[in-house]
Amino acid sequence: MSSRRVLAGLVPGRPMPLSHHLTVHGELPDLGLLGPGRLLADIEDSGLRGRGGAAFPTAIKAAAVAGRRRPLIVVNGSEGEPMSAKDRVLLSRAPHLVIDGAIAAAAATGAREATIVAPAPALMHVAAAVEERRAAGRLSVKLRLEESAHGYITGEESALIAHLEGRPALPRVKPPLPVERGLRGRPTLVQNVETMAQLALIARHGPAWFREEGTSDHPGTTLVTISGAVQRPGVYEVALGTPLRALASMAGGSVEPIRALLVGGYFGAWVDGDGGRLTLDDGALRRIGAGIGAGVVVALGESACPVAETARLAAWMSDESAGQCGPCIFGLEALAGLLGRFAAGRTEPGDVDRLGRWTSLVRGRSACHHPDGVARMISSAARVFGRELADHARRGPCRGCRVAPTLRTPERLVRAA
Amino acid sequence: MKDRLVVDPIKCTAHGMCAELFPEWIELDDWGYPVIRSEPVPAHLRGHAMQAVRVCPAMALRLSS
Repeated sequence: MSSRRVLAGLVPGRPMPLSHHLTVHGELPDLGLLGPGRLLADIEDSGLRGRGGAAFPTAIKAAAVAGRRRPLIVVNGSEGEPMSAKDRVLLSRAPHLVIDGAIAAAAATGAREATIVAPAPALMHVAAAVEERRAAGRLSVKLRLEESAHGYITGEESALIAHLEGRPALPRVKPPLPVERGLRGRPTLVQNVETMAQLALIARHGPAWFREEGTSDHPGTTLVTISGAVQRPGVYEVALGTPLRALASMAGGSVEPIRALLVGGYFGAWVDGDGGRLTLDDGALRRIGAGIGAGVVVALGESACPVAETARLAAWMSDESAGQCGPCIFGLEALAGLLGRFAAGRTEPGDVDRLGRWTSLVRGRSACHHPDGVARMISSAARVFGRELADHARRGPCRGCRVAPTLRTPERLVRAA
Repeated sequence: MKDRLVVDPIKCTAHGMCAELFPEWIELDDWGYPVIRSEPVPAHLRGHAMQAVRVCPAMALRLSS
């Protein structure tokens, strides 16, 4: 089940040196020789989808940028998702693969400059890798390294670009999309760190090889960050289409019976039990109102209280709103308050209806998809935890409410605005 | 043709005048922000739509294609 591609050959505890990287993955082919059209076609044939959250086809974004003047590449390692660690694992352990991806993306689109954005500790390793390459004379694009901003929404493409331009990291209304008008007004391809690493392998081995793993609709392998009630939480590489049930066993098995999985991230969805036969690929997950998101899988044990977890999460996500759009500011605050009433057993008449009405009311009405994600997460909680919600409404807090939280809700270091 | 009424959610500050002027197309949510029908505004209601665009104090409404 476990298939190592982007995680192949990692060295314990330190970044993979350039020489080792070349031994494991081989040389990046001369992309200039290959021509941009060929690489774009390979990306399209590979069926690669973005690994940052939306699972959007990379070829569509890359082609949109390739047709325009003086495009730029941005490698997004913001990873604002508290339960995700894959991007910082890649950046700090396989930085050369990510750099290769940036070079490949530049070659495919005609860009001459790429910016890698990540938190300082991970960026430090990338900086060392860049120096290693410069010394070896192996750097064909201009690479900039920038520290990411703090906060859940700061990795959203337009917020990321605002941050890189020295403005507060806040999303803006689209269109224009960043592929049309992005960094410094130039067409910008923003791709997640893992997407870039996968791209580096497609440039080497081609689309047919890439499709040897995964499903036809969602090919390849993916990184998942597995945490919660499992023996060995961590970042794993699995073929897309792997049954969710297999993930907990991959992480050493569960430490107690699993009540539900949070799949995707904090904007993702709760899935009942151990996920059963449901598979980890965006198509299958979307059919049940979930999505692969950023590859986050949190196992919530039976001893935890799903209502308390969901209420804390909703409150935190409401706090992480950029505070720009009314439906997000007030809608999420109202939803968080409502879930807090459920958790405390202090529901008011009409609260059950409000839960359904407000989750649909906040969707699709803001500059970014932050409230849509929260609404999705809450709707899934209403679906999966109906029994617990009703019990709380009737009887108030349960024994599980006192258990330490499974979902981390980090204190906000810097306000986005 | 620019016949869909859209709001810029960042500019909108919930004055609510749009819903008063064009209730056939706009209602306010529980927090006073407009919920706008997404289909094209039919020709006989275009005048109302344009008036709603004009009176918005936040200049948050526009007709879009």
